[in-house]
Amino acid sequence: MTPGLSGLKVLAPGLHTTVQDLGRIGYQNVGVPVSGALDGFGLRLANALVGNLQGAAALEILVSGPSFEIAAGKVRVALVGAGASLAIRGERPRTVSEGQSTTLLQGEVVQVVVGRQSACCYLAVEGGIAVPRVLGSASTYVRAGLGGLNGRALQRDAVVPLAIGCASERGELRAPVMPPAPVDRPIRIVLGPQHKYFRKEALTTLLDAEFRVSKDTDRMGMRLDGPLLHHSTGWDIVSDAIATGSIQVPGSGQPILLLADHQTTGGYPKIATVISADLPRLGRCRPADRLRFVAVDPEAAEELCRQAEREFASRIAVLEPVPDSSGLNLGLLYGENLISGVTTGFE
Amino acid sequence: MKVRFLSAGDRALVVEFGDRVDRALSERVLRLDAIIRSNPFAGIVETVPTFRSLAVYFDPLLTSRAELQRAIGPLLGRRDHRRGAASLWQVPVCYEGEFAPDLAEVARLTGLTPDEVVALHSGTRFHVYMLGFLPGFPYMGDLPAQLALPRRADPRLRVPAGSISIATSLTAIYPCESPGGWHLIGATPIRMFDPERTEPALFAPGDAVRFHAIDMAAFVSIRQAVENRSYKVESEPVAI
Repeated sequence: MTPGLSGLKVLAPGLHTTVQDLGRIGYQNVGVPVSGALDGFGLRLANALVGNLQGAAALEILVSGPSFEIAAGKVRVALVGAGASLAIRGERPRTVSEGQSTTLLQGEVVQVVVGRQSACCYLAVEGGIAVPRVLGSASTYVRAGLGGLNGRALQRDAVVPLAIGCASERGELRAPVMPPAPVDRPIRIVLGPQHKYFRKEALTTLLDAEFRVSKDTDRMGMRLDGPLLHHSTGWDIVSDAIATGSIQVPGSGQPILLLADHQTTGGYPKIATVISADLPRLGRCRPADRLRFVAVDPEAAEELCRQAEREFASRIAVLEPVPDSSGLNLGLLYGENLISGVTTGFE
Repeated sequence: MKVRFLSAGDRALVVEFGDRVDRALSERVLRLDAIIRSNPFAGIVETVPTFRSLAVYFDPLLTSRAELQRAIGPLLGRRDHRRGAASLWQVPVCYEGEFAPDLAEVARLTGLTPDEVVALHSGTRFHVYMLGFLPGFPYMGDLPAQLALPRRADPRLRVPAGSISIATSLTAIYPCESPGGWHLIGATPIRMFDPERTEPALFAPGDAVRFHAIDMAAFVSIRQAVENRSYKVESEPVAI
C-alpha cells in the first residue's frame, strides 16, 4: 500500500460491506435515494464508542463479516451488532465482543464475526473513514455507483482509508448491555398511503398473518413470503413518492418492504409504512425470519420515534470505561508486560 | 378532486392533488413545492414532487404531521405564487440504427413510418413532470396520442445509458445503464446526471424539453465533447 496512507487492508470483503453514514439528504427530488445505515442507531452507537460524531461514516456489514489487516500504527474501532464479535489474530490473539471499543495494532488481522441475532453490524473507526462525500454523504449507493469506496461494496485487496493513523491515548468505552428485545414483538406500521387500493381482507391479512423474510433481500428492500395481499382497484397507479419502510404490493400480491436504497418513486400501491422506530429491526432481519405487523396511528408513530430517540440518548449517556479485568485494555497490557519483564530480571 | 393529506409513516406527509398524469395537476404540485422551498418550515427535511402529489419529508423530533398540515393547508389556496425558474432544454437525439432498437416495432404498432415517429417525438415540447426511478431519470409528457403504447411485455435487463424511451403517454431518458421496460427509439450523448455538478441532475421537475434529430457522426462528436466537458446542452429560461 501507499506509504503514509493509513487504512484497513481488505483480506476478505464479506458478503456486502459498504461505507454508510446517516444518508444522502435533499436529492430525492432528482431521483437520488437516501441510502445510509439500515440500523441508524447501530451506526451512531459504534461512532459514539470511538469518540466520533454519531453520524460519521462507518462500515456496514451484512450477514457475513469481512477481515482486515491493520495498515496503520494504531487504530481504535468499535463493532455494534447483537451477538457480533471481533476475532483478532497477531501476536496477541483475542476476541472482543460487540458494544465496546478496542485498539488494534499495525499488522494485526481482524475478522468480523456476525452474530445470529443481527444480520447487520457496524464497525466504526476513531477519526472516521476518509472517503469523499458525494452530494453531502459518504453513503454507498451501489446501483448508481455513488459514494463510499468508488461507489461499490468493499472488494478484496482494497484499502479502507482512515482519517487518522494513530488512535488517541485513552481508555476504551463500552455500552451497558441491553436486555434482548423480544423477538416476536410485531413490527409497527402506519396504514397507507394507498391502503384504500386493497380489498378489506388484504388489510386483515396484513395485520393477522405471519410473513417471512424471503431470500430476495438486499439494501433496496425485502420481498416477504406469506399470504398474498389482493388489490381491489388495480395495482398500476400513477407514480408517487416512496418513503423508507413502505410496504408496496405489485400485481403478484407479494409485498415488498422497502429499505434504505429504495427508489425515490414508484408505481405500485403502498398498503402501509413501517414506523421509523422499527426500521432498524428490519435491517437486522435475515431470510426466513418471521414478521408480524400491528397498526398504530401516525401520531403514535411520531411519539414512538421520539421515545426511541430518548432511549438512545440515555444509552449514550452511560457509556462506561471497559474495566481492566477484561484483559483488553492496552494500558493494562503494557503494565503486565512491564511487570513480567522486571520479574524475569530478578531471576 | 379535493386535496388529501396522507401519511407515509411517521416521517412523510403526502399532499395528494389527484390520481392522473395531468399538466394542471402537475402545476399545482410544483407550485406548492416552490412555496415550501422558498420558505421552508422548521423540521422539513426535503420535498419530492411527483405526477400527482408532493411528499413532504419531516423530522418528528422537530415537528409533527399535524403541525405541517396546519401550515400547508392555507398555502393550497394561494394563486399568487409562481413556481420557481424553469429551463427549456434542447436535447440532441440520434434516432438511427443501434441507438433505436425499438423504432421499427413502434412504427409497426402505431401504424406510422419510422420517420413519422421521429417527427412526432422531435416535434413535441415536453414537460418534466418529475424525476425518479434512477438518479436524474426524467418522466416527461405528454406524447402525441398516436405514439401511446403500453410498456414492453418483455423488459430488457440492460438498457444503455442515454437511451430515449417511450411508454404510455410519457418519454424518458435513462441516465445510466439499467433494466427497463420502455420502448427505445433513440439515444442522446448528453450526461443526464453528474454528481460533480452543483445541480447533479440536468433537468428539474417543471422544466421543458425539446428533442432534435442528429446523425451518428454528430452523436460521436457530441459524446466526445461531453467527455471532455466542453459540451453545453442548449437551454433558455422559460416563462411560467
